[in-house]
Formats: sequence, C-alpha cells, structure tokens
Amino acid sequence: MKKTVVSFKQFSFKYNSQENSSLRDINLDFHQGERILITGPSGSGKSTLGNCINGLIPNALKGEIKGSLALMDVNTSDVSLFDLSKKVGTVLQDSDAQFIGLTVGEDIAFALENDAVPLDEMKRAVLKAAEKVGMEHFLNQSPQKLSGGQKQRVSMAGVLVDPVTILLFDEPLANLDPASGRQTMRLIDQIQRETGVTVIIIEHRLEEVLAIDLDRILVIADGRVIADESPDRLLASEILQEYGIREPLYLTALKRAGIQITPQLHPERLDKMSLGGIRESLLRWASNDIPEREQLLGERILQLSHINFCYKPDQQVLADVSFSIRKGERIALVGKNGAGKSTLTKLICGLERPDSGTIYVDGKDIGEQTIKERSEQVGLIMQDPNQMISQNMIFDEVAFGLRLRGVDAVEIRRRVYETLKICGLYPYRNWPISALSFGQKKRVTIASILVIEPKLIFLDEPTAGQDYRHYTKMMHFLEQLSSRGVTLIMITHDMHLMLEYTDRALVMADGKLIADQPPAELLSNSKAAERANLKTTSLFQLAEQVDFHDPISFVRHFIADEKGRRAADESANAQLY
Amino acid sequence: MNLRMLSYIERTSAIHRLTGAAKLICFILWSVIAMSTFDTQILAVMLIVGLIVFKMSQIHWREVSFVLTFILIFLLLNDLAIYAFAPQQGTVIYGTSHVVFPLPGRYSLTLEQLFYQLNITIKYFAVTPFALLFIVTTQPSEFAASLNRIGVSYRIAYAVSITLRYIPDVQRSYHEIAQAQQARGVDLSKKAKFGRRMRQAASIIIPLIFSSLDRIEIVSNAMELRRFGKKKKRTWYQERSFTRGDYLAIGITVLLLLLSVWILMKRGSRYYNPFK
Repeated sequence: MKKTVVSFKQFSFKYNSQENSSLRDINLDFHQGERILITGPSGSGKSTLGNCINGLIPNALKGEIKGSLALMDVNTSDVSLFDLSKKVGTVLQDSDAQFIGLTVGEDIAFALENDAVPLDEMKRAVLKAAEKVGMEHFLNQSPQKLSGGQKQRVSMAGVLVDPVTILLFDEPLANLDPASGRQTMRLIDQIQRETGVTVIIIEHRLEEVLAIDLDRILVIADGRVIADESPDRLLASEILQEYGIREPLYLTALKRAGIQITPQLHPERLDKMSLGGIRESLLRWASNDIPEREQLLGERILQLSHINFCYKPDQQVLADVSFSIRKGERIALVGKNGAGKSTLTKLICGLERPDSGTIYVDGKDIGEQTIKERSEQVGLIMQDPNQMISQNMIFDEVAFGLRLRGVDAVEIRRRVYETLKICGLYPYRNWPISALSFGQKKRVTIASILVIEPKLIFLDEPTAGQDYRHYTKMMHFLEQLSSRGVTLIMITHDMHLMLEYTDRALVMADGKLIADQPPAELLSNSKAAERANLKTTSLFQLAEQVDFHDPISFVRHFIADEKGRRAADESANAQLY
Repeated sequence: MNLRMLSYIERTSAIHRLTGAAKLICFILWSVIAMSTFDTQILAVMLIVGLIVFKMSQIHWREVSFVLTFILIFLLLNDLAIYAFAPQQGTVIYGTSHVVFPLPGRYSLTLEQLFYQLNITIKYFAVTPFALLFIVTTQPSEFAASLNRIGVSYRIAYAVSITLRYIPDVQRSYHEIAQAQQARGVDLSKKAKFGRRMRQAASIIIPLIFSSLDRIEIVSNAMELRRFGKKKKRTWYQERSFTRGDYLAIGITVLLLLLSVWILMKRGSRYYNPFK
C-alpha cells in the first residue's frame, strides 16, 4: 500500500461569508504518486476542496471547519500555510494574474527569494526548474511577451523549485487554446512520471484531461463526493450526465449509436478502446439519414473588403482581410492568440480604423461613422462580464445604453422589459447584479447590448469559465437569438462549440484570413487547423478508428443528431409549461 | 496610449549595468550635495556630470519628455514664486545691490537676485538627470532589492515593485474596458459635455476597480502560496554584487561630496559670492 498523502476525515467547511457549507462530510484518502481528477459543476465545491489541500483554507480564506484534514500524517490545522506550500505546489487558474515576477527567472525564483536562499544557489535551482518545463531559454522574458501556455509553464516551474509531494492544478486548461491545452497535459504527465509526485487536477473539461492516464476521478456536487472511481468505471456510469458534466464526445457518439458503454470497453482513452465488436452498429447509425437544417441565405449584413491594419508601421496586424456575413448567420472566429481576431473585432466596432479597405454594414460604408453611431449596429460582449458591468441593478445596467441615447423613460422601460424577457432575466429585473451567478451576469451583459438592437453582435468566448450545464444553457439562448435574426460572431477556442453551434468558421493566422468554410470541413483541413492551433475533436478520431469512409459526414451526422435531440427536448419542455 | 510615464527603459549601457543599490546611493548623495550647497562652481560641475551621465545611459530626451516638461513647468512656477515673495533675497544673501531694472516697491530686479535664482535653477538641473536615470535605468525588482538593501522593509520595497509590475496590466484593462464601453455608446470624446463625460467615466472606473480588486486577491493568494512574508529577510533574484563600476560611481560621488564640504568649511558660507 502506498503512503497516504492527503486524508480527509468527516471534513466539512463553511465560508464565513456563506450560509451553507461548501463541503460536507468528506472522507477521502489520496496516495503517493496518484493522478487524480476532481471534477464537478460550477459551485460544486471542487475548488474549495483544492483550497483546503493547499492551505488557503483556513489561512487566507476564513471559515468554519469540522472534522480533520491531514497532509502526510500532519493535521493541517497544526501547520502554517508557509510550511504547507513546501509540500503542496499550487498552479492557479489565472496564469496571468499569478505571474508575480517581472521576468520568467524572477517569477520562478519567487518562493526561493522568500526562503532567503543565497543567490548562486537560487540561480541554479531556477535554471533546473526552468529546464523541467522547457522554459530555460526564456529566463529574461517579461510576462507580456509570453503565450498563455508558456505562462502556465512558468507557474509550474515556480512550484517545482520546492520539493513538493503534491502538485495541485486549479483549472489548468481554462484559458488555453486546444493545442496549448494538450501540451499542458503532456507536460503534467511527463513531470509526474519523472518526479513521482501526486497530481491533483481540478477541471471540468474532462475529455482534455483524459489525454493522460488517470488513476481516479472524483465527482463533487453540492459539496459532497458523488463518485470516486477509476476513469473506465466512471465513464461507463450515468453519473456524468446526471450532474451536468460533459462526457467525452466519442462516448456520446457511441451512446447515440445505441452502444452500451462498459468498463471492459476501456472508454478512458479512445485510442485504447476495443471497438471491434461495436464497429458495425456505429457504422449503421452513421449512415442513417438525418435531415439537415437548410442553409440560411439572408441578405448580406457585413462585408469587409481588403482590410489592412497595423499599430506600428513595420508590424502588419491585418493583411488584406475580406469576407462577408449574411443576416442571421452564426460565425466562429478562431485562431491563436495574437492572430488578429480581436483587432478585427475592434475595426468592425469602430474602435480602430483600418489603414486601407472598406467595411460595409447593411450595404453602407461605415468608415465615416463615429464609434457611437457604429455601436447602434454592432455590439461587443467581452469575455469577462465584470469588465462591462457598471451599474448596481440589473434594470439600470440594461437600460444604460438607452439612457445614453436619450430614449424616453416609458420607451426604455418597455424595451428593457422585453429584452429581459428574451434573456430569461425578467424575474430578476429588480435584483442587484452582485447576486447573480457568472453565467447570469454574462446574460445581463448580452441583454445590455441586445436592447440597443444591433444588427450583429460579437461575443468573446461566450462560454468561457462555465460548466457544461451553463454552457448548454448559454448556447441554447444564443441559438434562440440567432433564430430571431440576430447575427452572431463568436470568438472562441472551443472546437465543439464551433462545430455544433456555428454555421461557418473564419480562421485567422498571422493577420490573414486563412480559411472561411463550414466548421466540420475546417477541422478536416489539417493544414489550416494546425496553423491556427486548433485541434480536431475526438469524433474525427472515432470515425477514423472505425474506418468510416468520410469523417466529415460522420461529424455532421453527429451534430445533426444532437440538434434533433435538443429540438425534441425543447418541445417536451414547452409542453410542461 | 502613447503617453510615456516613468518606467524602466531597457538598454545596454554602462549606467544600466550599475547595480540598483549603487545608483540609489549615488542618487541620495548627489541630492545631499545639491541641497546643501549654493556654490555655483560645484553646481555647474554637477550639471555637466549629470548631462554626461545622461548621454552615457543612451536614454533619449524624448523618452522622458513628459516628466521633463512637468519638472520645467514646476521650476518656472517656483522661480516666479520666489521672485514674488522674496524679490530681494539675493541682496540679503550677497550683501550688495546692483539694480539692473528698477521696478516699483521692493520689486527692483537686482543682479544678486538673478544670480541667486540661477543657482536654484541649476540645483534642479543638477539633480533631475540623476533622478530620472535612477528610475528609468533600474529594473523595478532591482529597484525594490536596492531599497531593501539600504534598510527599507522588504514588504514595502516589494509593494513598490509589484505596483510597477502591474501598471501595464491595469493600463491594458483600462483600455479594454474603455473600448467596450465606447462600443456601447459611451462618448468619451471632447464632444460630450464635461459633467456628462465625468458621469460616463464612472462606467469605466467602476468595472476597472472591481476587476483590479479581483486581481489583487489572486495575486495576494499566489504570493502567500509561495511563502511571501514568511521570514524577516528575503533574497532577491535580480540583486547583483558590486563591480568596479559601482565602486567607481560611488567613489566619485563621495569625492564630490567631500569637495563640496571642504569648500563650504573653507569659505564658511554655503554661497559663492562673485559680488565681493
């Protein structure tokens, strides 16, 4: 039996600021060298559990503890956060904000500096840690010049300077594009192999974490441990669906084809699955005919023609970008960070002006319009709702844009109420915004733009930071908006969102538009996908693994099937009301 | 967005190579000399040395022009204020009165007053290049390390450094929020009326404050998780040991200080008097 490194006994925790316990009656043992995924819906208590292990609870985040938690046989209430941090290395979610130093080297050294380690010893340790994560050539770089994945590597190196026995990752994939996410998982895998530490990953993006071998998956909901199973057994159970956690896509596809998932199939990893026996039924399912949604061909709402732009004379940010979008279309704007997506958005919103080229909205050249005039036609919704919300009350926030435009009070009330109804926020109209969840806040920001009745809306990562249940709700809501004729352009890293909820993908790389095609085709166009740091979903892999003649049509088939189911669910729901 | 504030400017010059601590010591000594003496010769030497050092640093005047303009305006106001409140100060100090331009009351312009104010102006110019250089040629963490080295608590020193570290981030999020609000119809241009503009500015400031507070919480947690504040002392990754250049720079400054003190003692007055 391996050594127990973490041991919760009848452990409960309640934040001082909250009424109910965030964790209840937890009994858990983690062992040396295990790889554990802790998953669960938003607000389930999974991050709280992590904060108990790294000692932020109860040292920095105050609350009431019942029961006991021991780390390496020492009760955590007897040790300080400082001593604990030598044993438990934590990589926080936001790699940008946790980057403390001014250079890579300094950031890695931070813990050593605080231990007053002599300079030459420190430099050696920093170099060694940097080598472990492959950042040794970047020691003098400033954080502004690093990509999200690189920043995360630095954060990892920063905890690897200590002789940690536990590595704790709090949502390591949250802000990464698919390819960087895969690299991160590979690195975690490699570090665990080399050092033999216990790895605890808190993440709701299950499929991406499954890319490495896990020993256990814990499902947390309402502060309790719902399941603590090996991946194979958990994936074969119904628990994931029950608690609104997205299962791997390939499993959904197999289930749709009527295949029973059992632990013996090894659902943990697609490449290890024994598909021999089920190939036939999968192929049969995939060749069924599902009627496709007819192509929307509304009038042209937005057209860009030969747009060029640069911030500095020698750095071309956008080069000869041309495309057009029709009314009611849902567009995915994808590509690496820094490929020009947000600059493109700024140009269309009028926040920057192109050096050359023309932008037409509804057939009119909008080059001469002010930002304010343009804001009546094009709306922009930021990723973080907290960066947009400026009022206390929901009604006021939604009314803000209309008040700025001097609309009279009666008209404001009518339009705000109508918008709130569309957004499902009407019951909350007199609530303070601070009482809302993240997803609801996001809806408020969408409502506050929608009320101005723009012709098209840009959404930056509409589902970032939301679990599957909220994700589905948000996308469903956006689908409804689109069916009302609102044109949506979504900037996203989420390949499945792109596949399932958009009609067309615009791919940016190095300031150029390198592809403009339906999402399923894009992901089979491996050259464009690679340049843009995109990743094919496991559906393609599944199709290839069973030798399906045309992977694209397999994916299309899956998506059409999903849409059909959603529509059926909706009408069933509608009948309930 | 092209507003240049005082921040570290990366170059490879002899001045950049000096350690932060050496620069801080030199700067403090330099200020002591400049504050204590009114000796025009010493001040002139300091001014010339300051200009040479500035040249050596490979920093361009336009890179610090914003702050420089600010200092010049302040200097001008200071000179005017001295003349307004003490127009005969020079006469009192130097004991003679050579009227250049007769004016009513006590406001007659004297050579002595001009000379006195010239000295004050040179004082400013003697210190300014050093103050600017210390800030723009010292990497913020090294700046913190050097503050700590001369006895400032490392918590305070680090607070200074981390503020400098996050200024670009806050600027960026200000910019993003401002753009998002403009895209909603907030008019920040000069076309809008002042009162209205102020109210609308709140729509940027409030989200900025809240997102900054979030950030502060994350950073302070991250710092605690890596043991900031554990010990009474800490070491600094960016700290460098003194080299010949550092000793040379401090040596020259100390010599100048001694020279200034010697002249002061010999003359028995802080003022160089050309009128006797």
